[in-house]
Amino acid sequence: MTNLVEIRNLHVEATTDAGRRIEIIKGVDLDIAKGEIVALIGESGSGKTTIALSLMGYARRGCEITKGSLLVDGKDMARLSEKQRQQVRGTEVAYVPQSAAAAFNPSATIIDQVFEVTRIHKLMPPAQARLRAIELFRALSLPDAENIGNRYPHQVSGGQLQRLAAAMALIGDPKLMIFDEPTTALDVTTQIDVLKAFKSVMQQGGIAGVYVSHDLAVVAQIADRIVVLKDGEVQETGTTQDILQAPKHPYTRELLAAFEPRHFEFSGRKEAAATPLLRIEDVTSGYGQIQADGLPLIRAVRSVSFELEKGRNLGIIGESGCGKSTLARTISGMLPASAGRVLFDGQEMPPASKNRTRDQLQHMQIVFQSADTALNPAKPIEDILGRPLTFYHGMSAQDRSKRVDELLDMVHLPRNLRYRHPAELSGGQKQRVNFARALAAEPKLIICDEITSALDTVVATAIIELLKELQRELDLSYIFISHDLSVVEAICDEIVVMYHGEKVEQLTREGIKAPKHPYSKLLFSSVPKLDPAWLDNLVLEPELVRQYVG
Amino acid sequence: MNSEIGRLILKRLGIAIITLVIVSFAVFFTTNMLPGDTATILLGQAATPEAVAGLREAMHLNDPAITRFFHWAFGFVTGDLGKSYANNMEISTLIGNRFLNTLELAAITTVIAVPFALTLGITSAVARGSLYDRIVTVLTIGVISVPEFVIASTAVLIFAVYLRWLPAISFVNEIHSVSDMLRMYAMPVVTLTFVVSAQIIRMTRAAVIETLDTPYVEMALLKGASRSRMVLRHALPNALGPIVNALALSLSYLIGGVIIIETIFNYPGIAKLMVDAVATRDLPLIQTCAVIFCAGYLILITIADIIAIISNPRLRK
Repeated sequence: MTNLVEIRNLHVEATTDAGRRIEIIKGVDLDIAKGEIVALIGESGSGKTTIALSLMGYARRGCEITKGSLLVDGKDMARLSEKQRQQVRGTEVAYVPQSAAAAFNPSATIIDQVFEVTRIHKLMPPAQARLRAIELFRALSLPDAENIGNRYPHQVSGGQLQRLAAAMALIGDPKLMIFDEPTTALDVTTQIDVLKAFKSVMQQGGIAGVYVSHDLAVVAQIADRIVVLKDGEVQETGTTQDILQAPKHPYTRELLAAFEPRHFEFSGRKEAAATPLLRIEDVTSGYGQIQADGLPLIRAVRSVSFELEKGRNLGIIGESGCGKSTLARTISGMLPASAGRVLFDGQEMPPASKNRTRDQLQHMQIVFQSADTALNPAKPIEDILGRPLTFYHGMSAQDRSKRVDELLDMVHLPRNLRYRHPAELSGGQKQRVNFARALAAEPKLIICDEITSALDTVVATAIIELLKELQRELDLSYIFISHDLSVVEAICDEIVVMYHGEKVEQLTREGIKAPKHPYSKLLFSSVPKLDPAWLDNLVLEPELVRQYVG
Repeated sequence: MNSEIGRLILKRLGIAIITLVIVSFAVFFTTNMLPGDTATILLGQAATPEAVAGLREAMHLNDPAITRFFHWAFGFVTGDLGKSYANNMEISTLIGNRFLNTLELAAITTVIAVPFALTLGITSAVARGSLYDRIVTVLTIGVISVPEFVIASTAVLIFAVYLRWLPAISFVNEIHSVSDMLRMYAMPVVTLTFVVSAQIIRMTRAAVIETLDTPYVEMALLKGASRSRMVLRHALPNALGPIVNALALSLSYLIGGVIIIETIFNYPGIAKLMVDAVATRDLPLIQTCAVIFCAGYLILITIADIIAIISNPRLRK
């Protein structure tokens, strides 16, 4: 036997809340050679994490491995006793979780948790384990390797925690590492360091890996082979080169298509009207106590100004904590600006939404990232869409019902969905309802706050298409907030780059290729490309990285 | 330990003291609003108005309420609890022994109930959904739903009346041997354990289940940790806050809330003393008992809060 891992005919069943049993993995075969990194790629619900976890003989609550064999180094993880599985976990197979921030116990120091594996399996004395951990911290290029372990998880940054989680997995000298979307929660500029660190330790140790991800570009950097999954079945398997260059399965092509530069028709550039649709001047806002100068203690947005002309779209891009969502809340009036002015159609708007007239509110709508929390789970879709119709237009029951049908048509949802509750819709459908609710007000401007971030690539692309179509028909303008450059690029005429609460640069679509501000350069060059050699060839100016990557 | 924790703890202690002051104030004025006049009750229906007026004068009952409050509060702080209106005995003597009795019953119940309840709560959380968990859940809900006097009376009926194994009444002063003590305390302690444990079991189970579902416990499992390690090292330390609060709430009941148990078993504790004092309008005694109950409750809750503060890793440096 030459393969480290041999999965044959794996079946996993899940029990739903209602007690129904459904098969979520339907007969998967998978081989991994020693030292090989295999990526499992697919959208959410495709079963990629379930397969990865089954390699440790573990199925999450409500799930059960029902059929098939899972040979890891000759041992069938599906047949071992719980005691035998415990011996394999951490020593032969190790796991790097999606969110390291959640996977570290908040009440123990980091180093205690990193070498807990050696303690559980009695691999080495604690003093030696401590030294080994520090060695790993260094190998993963963590700062202050000597002392970082003595801190608690909440005292280090997300990117550092993710590398510490890798150290936690490596300390047991595993033959196989499982990476479960380990960089998905990170900013792109942080992601690069983490990926580089992972890649180098895996290569040095000759460790085999399973890399679970939905991001083809990230996977291309690290994997030898790619397995494409959908609905619990393998769609296509091939080397990274083959999958990227000659995809056979339609689903793989769809995934790849999401990366192709899109050539959308941009709504005819209208002659600049005398007054811009939205103009914000030196807006400052934030949280915390108001200081003597009338500004809040923590200023999340500092003196930002821009203009948006009618029928055009503005993208706001930046990493987590840069103030882009706060800016959206400030424009919409949910968080009143502490200084500066917001002008809509040439008319100055009161800073707080509660002081705005119904008309002012109606013309500017906001759509939030998570439709799960933005839609009232207790109401059917028709009530959710009917509410703004009553509030803004005072429609009668009959008119409202007709309008709900029209709105569902607009966002390409079947009309009979109106009787369902949000929980009965898919993620993409929920986001469409979320968007339809904003349309119900018949606004001139819609602020979209990370509306595609929680969606799978293919679904997100479809939502962007929808936005553009509606823009043509309804003469809308969008402010599109995202951390994802490709999404913003696909829909916006102009892009504002934010860093640390400030607008660092404003670019036109054409200007994206050549940003001037050093932070924009760093941000744009950090977005992974499909080219497998991209990460290895990437050279970032160390000066820039030191300045902007915390 | 750092300054942030110290600051929070000091703040918590300050709040406890302020609460105690407010409560003693409230207690004083509400007892003063009780219907009926102390002097009239003490002297009986046949007393002459002159005698009543004389007694009122002697007891400072004519002074403004606020003066009497400060007089009483000052005495309380300096350890002078005053005299009982009803029998002119020092309140400290009246309360002394009975308070010790109450503490004794509370202590014995705590020693039995807390480990018992925590074990059941934690094990049923770990074995969530199993037959064992369901039995524990059904029993605890059953015990919560049945009023304590039903449990106590049934126990008396079975063990004292039919089986004649245990005495129906607790004569604490007649304890001469260990077996005497066991027999005497068996029924009150078991009844109280039932009442107190049910809540602790429910709360502990909920708190532990919540932490067992966190990614860091799953991570521990994937590191090969045994079940006991997952629970003891990873789940419990993070469930400590809610658990100690549930403990404090349940245990504070043992100081002021055991009036039914004390009455049924005729146990000479402080709760029964207070009820008797209400019957005789013995204001100083009522006030002192109420303040003791409040202080006991506050001490427990404050300790629980301080443990929660200390166990919060985000406050550590």
